[in-house]
This record gives sequence, structure tokens and C-alpha cells, in this order.
Amino acid sequence: MKRLLTACVSCLALAGAPMAGSAAEADKELKLAYDADPVTLDIHEQLSGGILQLSHMTFDPLIRWTKDLEFEPRLAKSWERIDDRTMRFHLREGVKFHSGNTLTSEDVKFTFDRLKKSQDFKAIFKPFSELKIVDDTTFDLVTNKPYPLLLNAATYIFPMDKAFYTGEDDNGNDKSAISKQGSTFASRNQSGTGPYVVTSRQQGVKVEFDRFDDYWDTESPGNVGHITLTPIKENNTRVSALLSGGVDFIAPVPPTDLERIKRDPKTDLVTMSGTRIITFQMNQERVEAFKDKRVRQAIAYAVNQEGIAAKIMKGFATPAAQLSPTGYQGHVDSLKPRFDVAKAKELMKEAGYEDGFTITMMAPNNRYVNDDKIAQAVAAMLARINIKVDLKTLPKAQYWPEFDNRAADMMMIGWHADTEDSANFYEFLTMCPDADSGNGQYNAGNYCNPELDKLVDQANVETDLDKRAALLQKVEQGLYDDAAFVPLHWQDLAWASKSNVKIEPILNVMNFPYIGDLVVE
Amino acid sequence: MLAFLVQRIGQALLVMFVISVISFAIQDGLGDPLRQMVGQSVSDAEREQLREDLGLNDPFLVQYVRFATNAVQGDLGTSYFYGKPTLDVILEHLPATLELVIAASLMIAFLSVPIGVYAAIRPRAWLSKFFMGVSTVGISIPVFLTAIVLIQLFSIGVTVTWFPSDTGWGQWLNDFFSTDGGMPSYGRGDELTHLFGTWESNFFSGTGLLHLLLPAVSLASIMLPLFIRLIRAEMMEVLQSDYIRYAQAKGVSPRRINFLHALKNTMLPVITVGGVQIGIMVAYTILTETVFQWPGVGLMFLEAITRSDIPLIVAYLMVVGLVFVITNTVVDLVYGLVNPTVKLTGKKA
Repeated sequence: MKRLLTACVSCLALAGAPMAGSAAEADKELKLAYDADPVTLDIHEQLSGGILQLSHMTFDPLIRWTKDLEFEPRLAKSWERIDDRTMRFHLREGVKFHSGNTLTSEDVKFTFDRLKKSQDFKAIFKPFSELKIVDDTTFDLVTNKPYPLLLNAATYIFPMDKAFYTGEDDNGNDKSAISKQGSTFASRNQSGTGPYVVTSRQQGVKVEFDRFDDYWDTESPGNVGHITLTPIKENNTRVSALLSGGVDFIAPVPPTDLERIKRDPKTDLVTMSGTRIITFQMNQERVEAFKDKRVRQAIAYAVNQEGIAAKIMKGFATPAAQLSPTGYQGHVDSLKPRFDVAKAKELMKEAGYEDGFTITMMAPNNRYVNDDKIAQAVAAMLARINIKVDLKTLPKAQYWPEFDNRAADMMMIGWHADTEDSANFYEFLTMCPDADSGNGQYNAGNYCNPELDKLVDQANVETDLDKRAALLQKVEQGLYDDAAFVPLHWQDLAWASKSNVKIEPILNVMNFPYIGDLVVE
Repeated sequence: MLAFLVQRIGQALLVMFVISVISFAIQDGLGDPLRQMVGQSVSDAEREQLREDLGLNDPFLVQYVRFATNAVQGDLGTSYFYGKPTLDVILEHLPATLELVIAASLMIAFLSVPIGVYAAIRPRAWLSKFFMGVSTVGISIPVFLTAIVLIQLFSIGVTVTWFPSDTGWGQWLNDFFSTDGGMPSYGRGDELTHLFGTWESNFFSGTGLLHLLLPAVSLASIMLPLFIRLIRAEMMEVLQSDYIRYAQAKGVSPRRINFLHALKNTMLPVITVGGVQIGIMVAYTILTETVFQWPGVGLMFLEAITRSDIPLIVAYLMVVGLVFVITNTVVDLVYGLVNPTVKLTGKKA
């Protein structure tokens, strides 16, 4: 047995050895395990974490976020405001696509137009009217109205190779087509400017990448030449794969295994407070009592966010009293979780519901970290102010249709702002539901405060960022005073790697590791 | 023989029909596939449009007839997630599962027969008692627990410090109970041998076999104890029968009695049970494959459920139904070969 084990270890070591003949500066191999693999190679087909992670590996954005939520030039080397609706960008010169073509403004325009057609991305690009080409390396992004989040949206522009994606494929279909059903040319083939080229892909099994020889960013310290990405959905298996040395880098790390990884001297753990907020919404249309602000406040006072974060999330969450996490413009520092059962009971009494009432509650049980346990805890907390909760938890596939139908009095929802901006939270979660504008699409509480909505609308055209922050903070404060929803916490993020893989510098709160810059010792 | 096959094909068709109706009927309970296909900010109207395009808004009967018409022509629909015909997706994942089942079956076959026979011939030997004890434990441990324990012991490794390490014997005991780890804990590895079509095999390289070992042991662990006990019980019964006693009286060598006369008759019920169990094993692969991230149909099916990939779920169930029918048919045929007195007819018993 021992001999067999030794043989296997040496086999693995051989497999892990650098491949001869690859570039001298990028010769390290990286085995990566995420909980899912990208559903397609077409980066405009779906807006999801997996696709954005892929985009940063095989494409490059015009600009990207730094660790402290600042903008960093990538393919756009500089940009300046021309007027309140126009931003001029200057492209880096001599950037090559994987196909060998050179990046020009035409490619950016092609990408921009395609984004406007993509079902998932067009919401982000709705405020934009056009992209005007000035010359080969200069172009203007024009918005309909003054738009403060222009640069935020520019982080979503990963220029695609126009020549490569134009024309017809072997089956006579348009190469630039975007489709969620069936396969398209773009879902099978890629030509980006990014650090890695996809060399083989078996969906759900593994994706392999090689470093792009002509990658423009020669200053990047990244030295990984070959990447194997394996999706490992099962938490235990992913952690075991890291602990046994089968993979070099995993994400996410489940809260239950944080200690285990921290204890292991061969592995490093990196955690960060995240930006995904977990909340409960109180449906005012279904429950008369929820129309009373005092009842909503009572519920807000009855819920112990700190307790949930400490006990259920094992400290792996940041207790919240608002939607905006630290660093977002709408974040109001003074808002702290208000846990006070006596005060809650008092408010219930004032509102005339001392004897309480019965409500229904729904939550998913496999969407957010510990979602079903959190829901049980909240139900128990509400019992203390005589609100009897009839709780039902469902797998996410069954939960979302129920959520769309607003099928329970209190429903759980977690949200991450695609624009990394507070206004996105309000637009989807708290603004008065309106089918035409799409506002309040996920406002299952039917909470509606037109005054706050007006402030959000103002903020959306305010390009003076200080003024805008003031407006957004006013909204956040208003929502808090109204107890518009029950905030719980922001989910923390965690990654782990072998000690020789230096992941700390390349991680960020958006959870797309910049693997092109990863250094393996 | 021919009548028998015709009857079986008829059965297979009936099974397919029932499965397709049932899986179609429950699809509303499987959740909304759209949520897996679109991002959070896609509007209701656009999702509705996509739902319309996918034909999800049609009445049950319309959807079913459309499905059945295509299915008869060999088209079981297109997977939402993979964007490919479901049969192709299943065929791509099938080799991994088959190899796992084959490896586990081989382990079971090569271990259960000698152990079962030994335990029957020498029921009072301490080794027999040991095997029986272990198999009782084996039956009662769920497969995923076995898998996790195996991973901890052989992939991650365990360092034991129960004994004082400053003494020679303590150190020796610590070393004795510690394990090295280093076995692959997930997936099929990189060194697969391409056989034909989409069939990549684990059987032809050292690393390939190594990747196969732990999942196969986990999968075998459910059935092995069962077969040991079954063979032992059957064998003991056969050894009591008159023809064995007669042979013993005649002075036929014990080896010839045990392995030729007795074993042959022991195997009949074992083959029947075995056939059914192989089918059940396919079901257990779902658990094993999940724990080991083994890219076979079991894992594929489980993920299809979480994604509400309805066409893939329906197609998988139909393929598994077919596998059950085929294995049972083969078992009946083999049964006939082992014991020619069994008649295969088209008539119901």
C-alpha cells in the first residue's frame, strides 16, 4: 500500500511539473477549482460571476476595478470628460487579439453594439446612446443624459475581435449571434486580448487555458503558463481537493471549513467582507400589518443580525443595517443593526398588535450561504414578538418562481449590484414596482416611497459624485427609518490556495480574481 | 427466445412511455429553468419572451406531443445548459459512469465470491467471523460517509498523535495509524486513454487507475457486504443438500465438491440479484460521483436537477430506464446459460 501511495504521489508530481518548451517567464501550472464553470464562451450570453471570471481571464476590459474600488486603466490607457454626456477614451496601441488581429476602436464599437443587444447586459448599457469612433485608437462613449456611472459600465466592456466574430460559421449562422438556446459560434470560439487562451473545454468537467504569447501587458508579474479549471460544486470535495494537493486554488471556501484551512500550514486563506446583501422583504400587499411602519420597525428591532453573523455564519458575514456595503456611495456609517426586543415589543403594542399575528415566510435552501438556517433563526426571533411564522424553504430552482409570484408574506433575497453602486440596490429592491421602467422588479415587499424614488432618479443623473453620494445616503437613511426591509448581513468572500500561490494581491470584492497577474512561487 | 426478446422490447417501450409521461408531468415542480439562463437584471417581459421561445408556455399535451414526436425520431431535445442534444450530453458522460460501475463490479465479483465461499465452508473460523462483522458494519454505513472517510485517510492524510512520540513504541504506533495521503480526491485525472468516439478510459494508465480507485471502492462498499452474505447463505444451503452429501459419501475431493458442484448452484440466485443490483448501483453512482466530482451521468443528472434542465432530466430518466430493461434481459439470458433447465418464453409465468 505504501509503495502504491508513493508511486501515486510521484505520478502527481510529474503531472504537476512545468511543461517543457513553454515561455520562460510564464511556466507555472495552476489547477483551479471553482464551484461552477462558465456556462458558455460567449461573454455576452449571460451576466454571472462565472462569465465575468472567464472574461477577465480571456479578455481584458477597457478599465477595471482595483482592490479599493478605484478604476485602473487596461485597454483604455486614459480617458477624459468632453462634456456632461460624453467621455473620450484612448486605446492602448498595438494590442493583439488571440487571432492575431490588432485592437482598434472598431472592435470596441462592435462590442458595445453587441452588448446593447445582449439580454443580460443591455440593462447596464441602457443609459448609453452610442459609441462614436474618432480614430483608430480614440472613441467617445455618449450617454442619453448625464450619467454618473459611465466608468462603472465601462468595466463591462471587454473588446471582442470584430473580424473574428463577423461573417457566417460552417452552418451558415451569423457568427456574432447571441443565443441562450443551443450553441452559437461565439459560445464555442473566442478571440480576446486577455492573458489566456482557451485550449480545450469540456463543459462541467474542465476548461484548460494557455498563456497568450502576445499578451500586451508585459509588465504584469503573472507567471502562470497553463491553467486547468475544474468545477467542483460539492463544498467538501473542493476543500479536500485543496488539502490533498489536487488543486492549487479554490473558491468559494465554505464557512464550515475556514478553521480547517487556516490550521493547515500548507494552505493560505484570504477572506474579505463582500458586497452581496441578504435581506428579508415584508409584503405590504399580503399583510395589512406590514403597512404600519411601527410593525416593520418592530421586526427590524426583533432581528439579531450580530447573532446570525456570529452563530450561523460563524463570523463569516458582516452584520448589516442597510443595503450599501462600506465603500459604496450610499453607505451611511452611522446605521448600525438595531437589536432590541423590548423596544420591538413596545412598537408592536403601540401599533395594536401586542397579541401578534401569523405570517408565511419563504427562503431558498441552496442559494445563499446557510440561507435555510438563517430563515429559521429569523422565524424564531419573530416568535418572541408574537409573530408566528409558517416557514417554507425551497431549492433555488423552485424558489424563484415562488418569489416572482410573491407567494409568501416574508421572502428572502440576496443582491449584488452589477454596477457596484448603491442605486442598483434601490432600483431593483426598494423602488415602487413598475413593470414599464423595470423598477422594483425584485421588490417583493411592495414597499413604495415616491419621495425616495425621486432622490434615486436625481442621483442617476448627478455627475458630481459628492452631491450624488449625499442623495444616495439620504435614500439609505430613509429606507432605514421606514424599515423598508429587514437587512441581515453582507456575505463574506473566501478563497484558499496552496502557500506558494500568492492569491492575495489578485483578489477583490467583486470576486473576479485577476489571474493574469497571479504569481506562483 | 425470439418471443422473449419481443416481449422485452415491448416492455422497454412501455417503460419509456411511462417515464416520459411522469417526468413531463412533474416538470412544473422542477422549477423555472429561465433563472439559470438569465442574469438578475433581465426584465420579466424578456424572460416571458424567452419562455415563449422555448415553448414552456404551451399546454402540457402540446409540449408532450412535440416531445414524443421528436423522441420517436431519436431526438430527445436540447439541454438548456449544455446547448447540445441531450443524447449527446448523456453519451459524453456515460463512459465515466460505466467505467466506475465496471470497476466496482469487478471488485465485488473478485472479492465477494472467495470471501463468501470461505465463510460458508469454514463458518467457525475467526477470519469468517471477522468478515461477517465487517460486512455488517459495511452495510450500515452510507456511501457518502465511506467516501469522505476514504478521502480523509488516503487523499488528505491523517497524522495520529495519540501515543507518546518520545518513546519508540509510541512513535511506531503513531506512524502505524497515520496515513500519507496523496491519492487523487476528485475527477478522472488528466491521463485518459482515448478509445473511440467520446470514450476516454481510465483503465489504461497508472494515474487513471489511481483516480478510479477511491470512487470505485466507495461504490463497491455498498454492494460488497450484501454479496458476501448472499453467497455465504446460498452456499451453506447448497452444502446441506442431498447431492452434495452423496458426492461427499462417494469420496469426491472437497475442492471439486465446493467449487464445481456447490458453487455453480450457488451462483444462480446471485446472478439474478446481481442484475438488479447493477441497476441500483447506477442509481448510487449519483452519490459517489457527487462526492468525487466524477464527471459521469450521475453528477450530470444531479446538476441538471438543480438547474431545472428539464430536457436533460427527462432524457436521463429514459436512458436509465432503458439500461434497467437491458440489464434485466441480459441477466435472464445468462441465467438460461448457467442453468439450461430454465425456459425463456414469451409467456408470463
